[in-house]
Amino acid sequence: MKVNGTTIFLGEQQSLFDFLEANQYDIRLIAVERNGEIVPKAKYKEVMLDDEDTLEIVNFVGGG
Amino acid sequence: MNLVVNGQRIEVDCQTAFQIREQLGNQTDIVILNGFQIEEDCKVTEKDTVTIIRKGVMPKREELESMMMARHTPNVHEKVKQGKVAIAGLGGLGSNIAIMLARIGVGQLMLVDFDIVEPSNLNRQSYYISHLGMPKTIALKKQIEEINPFIKVAIENTRVTAENVKELFSGYNILCEAFDKPEEKALLVNTVLEQLPDSKIVAASGMAGYDSSNLIRTVKPMKNLYICGDLTNEAIVGRGLMAPRVQLCASHQANMILRILLGIEEA
Repeated sequence: MKVNGTTIFLGEQQSLFDFLEANQYDIRLIAVERNGEIVPKAKYKEVMLDDEDTLEIVNFVGGG
Repeated sequence: MNLVVNGQRIEVDCQTAFQIREQLGNQTDIVILNGFQIEEDCKVTEKDTVTIIRKGVMPKREELESMMMARHTPNVHEKVKQGKVAIAGLGGLGSNIAIMLARIGVGQLMLVDFDIVEPSNLNRQSYYISHLGMPKTIALKKQIEEINPFIKVAIENTRVTAENVKELFSGYNILCEAFDKPEEKALLVNTVLEQLPDSKIVAASGMAGYDSSNLIRTVKPMKNLYICGDLTNEAIVGRGLMAPRVQLCASHQANMILRILLGIEEA
């Protein structure tokens, strides 16, 4: 699977939510695009990841 | 010859820009030819736009607009004037972005913020002592009227939530995320990308402190999302928000909005 331009080994089947948790993302601070489409936060648990997927994950930090 | 002088197409018996000045103004007047202030005389043709500005004199309202437009690049200005941009959050980013968009002549702006101006805003935000206690929307609208009175400014004194994003921003194809808190940034970006698929959002992340200016950049990680900033330097205890980097980031956002208005989608 490709994440932010880097190819990673996905291993066992997992949901987007599990992947994000395992990689220490704070769900409140991110936006995720999967194969060119935004993934609504309510669907993170039901989206199952695939080796062919391309994810773009952006993480916001405070200040403005 | 027939050409545009001070916003009006007129007939002149002149071959050069300075000859036009000699006929219509006096020698100390500024001459702007097609968006550029000239110091040496130039030949003119019927395609040219000439503006003669007398220093220290308050022009009439109808003359003022053409004098202000004189510094805008022709063709570019027409597109920018048709532009409609909504800015969510009027702090260090949003207030400075609004002023820049007003200066370049974006025709319609919508300014959204729930807060009032307080003393700790003045280190980086575009407000003055005289604005303390005033809603930021109103304080900013007053400044824009003093900079470019030809811009339509709509204001909303409200807090942006997942529930009101669609209602607030559905008429705007270009949105600017200019919040302070990261969860509010993420909420607006997610909601806009989900609910307004025809809109582009220009967001910001990472501009605190005094790290190198050169780390601040514009990226386009998603189809309808641009992010400006260094992407890492958050505001924390011991690393506050300071005017130079906040304004650098605001400038990145304003320039990206200008590029989108001109049909350029590349960051």
